[in-house]
Amino acid sequence: MEYIEKSAAQIAHDVRTRVRSAAEVTDATLAHVESVEGAVGAYLTVLADSARAHAARVDERVRNGEKLALAGVPVAVKDNMCLDGSRTTCGSKILERWIAPYTATAVARMLEAGAVPIGKANCDEFAMGSSCENSALGVTRNPYDLTRVPGGSSGGSAAAVAAYEAALGMGSDTGGSIREPGAFCNLVGFKPTYGRISRYGLIAFASSLDQIGPLARTVEDAALAYDAMAGFDPMDATTVDRPVEAAAGALREDLRGLRVGMVREFDSAALGAALDALYRAAYRDLERLGAELVEVSLPTAAYGVATYYLIAPAECSSNLARFDGVRYGLRVEGDDVRSMYDRTRAAGFGPEVKRRILIGTHALSSGYYDAYYVRAQKARTLIAGDFERAFAQCDLIACPAASCPAFEFGAKSDPYSMYLMDYYTIPMALAGLPALSVPCGWTTPEGGRVPMPVGLQLCAPLFAEKLLLGAARAYEAATGHALARRPELESVRA
Amino acid sequence: MPDSIDIRYVATLARIALTDDEVEVFGRQLGDLLGHVNALAELDTASVSATAQVIESRNVLREDRPAPCLDREKVLAQAPQRQGAFFRVPRIIAE
Amino acid sequence: MNARYEAVIGVECHVELKTKTKMFCGCVNAFGGEPNTKICPVCLGMPGALPVPNAQAIELIIAAGLAFGAEIPAFSKFDRKNYFYPDMPKDYQISQYDMPLAIGGTVKYWLEDGTMRECRLTRIHLEEDTGKSTHAGSGDGRIAGSSYSLVDFNRAGVPLMECVSEPELRSGAEAVAYLESLRRTLLALGVSDVKMEEGSLRCDANVSIRPAGSAELGTKTEIKNMNSFRSVERAIESERARQIEILSNGGRIVQETRGWDEVNGVTHSMRSKEEAHDYRYFPEPDLVPLEPSRAAVERLRAALPVLPAQRFERYTSQLGIGSKQATQLVETPSLGAYFDRVVACSNNAQQASNFVLGDLSRLANETGVAVAESAVSAEHLAELIGLVDAKRINSKIAKELLARMWDGAGSPAAIVEREGLAQTTDPGAIAAFVEEVLSAHPSVVAEFKAGKSNVMGFLVGQVMKASRGKADPALVNELVRTKLSS
Ligand SMILES: [Zn+2]
Repeated sequence: MEYIEKSAAQIAHDVRTRVRSAAEVTDATLAHVESVEGAVGAYLTVLADSARAHAARVDERVRNGEKLALAGVPVAVKDNMCLDGSRTTCGSKILERWIAPYTATAVARMLEAGAVPIGKANCDEFAMGSSCENSALGVTRNPYDLTRVPGGSSGGSAAAVAAYEAALGMGSDTGGSIREPGAFCNLVGFKPTYGRISRYGLIAFASSLDQIGPLARTVEDAALAYDAMAGFDPMDATTVDRPVEAAAGALREDLRGLRVGMVREFDSAALGAALDALYRAAYRDLERLGAELVEVSLPTAAYGVATYYLIAPAECSSNLARFDGVRYGLRVEGDDVRSMYDRTRAAGFGPEVKRRILIGTHALSSGYYDAYYVRAQKARTLIAGDFERAFAQCDLIACPAASCPAFEFGAKSDPYSMYLMDYYTIPMALAGLPALSVPCGWTTPEGGRVPMPVGLQLCAPLFAEKLLLGAARAYEAATGHALARRPELESVRA
Repeated sequence: MPDSIDIRYVATLARIALTDDEVEVFGRQLGDLLGHVNALAELDTASVSATAQVIESRNVLREDRPAPCLDREKVLAQAPQRQGAFFRVPRIIAE
Repeated sequence: MNARYEAVIGVECHVELKTKTKMFCGCVNAFGGEPNTKICPVCLGMPGALPVPNAQAIELIIAAGLAFGAEIPAFSKFDRKNYFYPDMPKDYQISQYDMPLAIGGTVKYWLEDGTMRECRLTRIHLEEDTGKSTHAGSGDGRIAGSSYSLVDFNRAGVPLMECVSEPELRSGAEAVAYLESLRRTLLALGVSDVKMEEGSLRCDANVSIRPAGSAELGTKTEIKNMNSFRSVERAIESERARQIEILSNGGRIVQETRGWDEVNGVTHSMRSKEEAHDYRYFPEPDLVPLEPSRAAVERLRAALPVLPAQRFERYTSQLGIGSKQATQLVETPSLGAYFDRVVACSNNAQQASNFVLGDLSRLANETGVAVAESAVSAEHLAELIGLVDAKRINSKIAKELLARMWDGAGSPAAIVEREGLAQTTDPGAIAAFVEEVLSAHPSVVAEFKAGKSNVMGFLVGQVMKASRGKADPALVNELVRTKLSS
């Protein structure tokens, strides 16, 4: 095992205790990136010089006696997060050449904790998608089978961490964009409670849903990153001003005393025999760890996708209005300002972004607002209420993270079939709940060459991140599914 | 629920020029999507309040205290078109 | 004007708030400055930037609402108003749609003759200002015919109060009187500079016409581009005349926006294509709702100053001061407050008003020192008025004293005492001066006796001079007349 395959916790420990320098870790990571990036395509921009400069600063801080939780940990930053002086594209032509003039709070907190930004990771354009195929600027492949997608929208961050091109990934989850690529790439993908981590500097897709979170190879690493990023930010009025209990030091060994809810409406039998068997085994493992399994019901969760595809596009139609060719980004000239707008946005946005802007504009427009937008907001109330009732009967909910493993490029050409990828992750996003995916086994998809990872989703009540990460850690330690296979990198090394 | 969408009108509001092909394809795709989201009409929402935000915070404000601004050159350097200290745009036709 | 019709006018004002920083970011809120220097990721609508509301701006709006007697609802929120415009950085404006910070209320105003009127407010809400576009290539800086525009975002994100009146005004003069009162009130509250010339007050008017006495509203037009109170009055009157003309000729008014043309004194249609605005308002998801605490609202209410309309009413109806002077007194809050302190220790309000608006204001103009900040304390001015009223000094001495008090001479009573300036009211002493003057000017006395009664003024003046100005002028007059007629 190469050093760069170590966990973030181990790297940070080694750098803190000066067993290794951040500079060494960074150089090794950059060298590895160079050798595999051509095949994986996780990054849109590799920040080699800036990474080395950050690493040097980390080493200096360590020498000065600072105890940095993420000392020297290589991190992949999703390219919808601003980092001062770095190109920040959102995977879109409209921002292809934009250099962010400021740093997102979450990124700043990771750097403050000693993390070293290796690069800006590919994503679906403006985080709209579930496969990374909607990026206008590059193709990212799943390190476990390069003919398959890494998931999305945080697919670049997931692929980077899975391919050891970073020890931690920063992702953003609006309807499943951390959890689904986490499941596809054999990672822990964690979306905290809405309002836990600042969105300042995260280029907005849907403001009331977007939430930053980590992608990691272990639960402990995810917890370390969460601890570094979480907490109130005076620059984001939607962050919640309540204490964050450190999660990394509170990881559990078992699930004794916990009631885990099985969602009646999310019967895994609908996913086919192979996945059904994996999920049933996972639930039995939870039970074996001491959890009491109880059946809960989320009767309106089935309306999640419909609700989400009104609310998220409505917000995005407004959030993306600012890309108008006036102050930054792409401009396509026109005779007057109006035609400049029309042409700039026609050329700058890809088809999925256009679809969502159009449907969102429609949902907010005069005569349709009540029928679409308001009704969706009411459905959102019902869905959140379902979870509230369920959590009166259980401490955690367990269910699938995705309805299938990573699929081949081009397999979901119909937009709606792609939307259904988030069927199991959207309801939690609508309710603002913390949820994560954790590896729960392997299955060879129909027509597939090799087994692909499958993710179990765990969800907790609002602000119960510590409990959630603790339970996931117990499950991970008891099962060790993630360690069963390695990514296919040997054959592709440049 | 209504399930048709006037793509050309919506694209005008959204300031996106569409080709005829796009009008046709998006019109069909979004019509399908509206067909799916119309399932929400099955829910009885008569006495349900609307959720705009899941968090219950109120009055999250800042003090009226100045903070540093951005450097003008740094900002204007990224403007698609500038003239001196200004951002320049094509003529505006009053609406 | 055609008496068969009456105008129905509503006014919508946008007022820039006097805060240190912008509405949603820490950039400085100040008029002018080098273009594009007061900008940051937030007010420039950079990708990823988020708004955080300025607490002071919210307090100022609530204070304004309370001053006009508006209801401050327990729950309020921000919404996005979506439309594209080059000087609006996010291509949506953070505003308030259905739950404003203040609902209802009344602006009390008065006409030139002192008649008090009221106009109800619909609502007051808080929003952000846009940047500024300069249109180039058309020669006259106007948008029409321009070939490109230059944008400065210094003003983008400045907190803006929108204040909408009910259509209860009936003439251009009433609209201006309403605006004057609104302006004076906001100034007294410290909410805004309210300067139309700097754009910190901007207003549009809705005008419609209906048969006098009718309860129905006619089709209205919205008038924009009015740059002074005078242009508001002219524009409304011009638009009223235009609409009456159309209706009288059996025509129909078209609902539209019309711009005021200051040079030609007419309004003109601003329609290009009549694409209805579809603003797609929805709750601003980057912000959480506002729930002003009742305690905070009461604290703001308790801190409200005496408002100009209250002052005006008290001055005219209780103190008997004329409308013109009362208006001048309320015009400058510090002057009115000074006047109030004088009146508190004097019972001659009219004399106090004369002094404050006359001699003191003249001195203030000459020296550049505000009356309220001058060396003349309200107590000393009251003392001076007392001396005049008690006939201890005459008005000429009073004027001289005031000038010395302005220079820091202190208590007028003490000066009078020290320098023996008290008015001579003893008829015997004055009679002696009269005797002296008449005998010194026998020819003038002869002229008077020959019927030239206008020489009496000369003789009175000589007597005053002989008394070194201290003689009671009324008594001098009387004694000179008696002596000459004897
Ligand atoms: Zn700013």
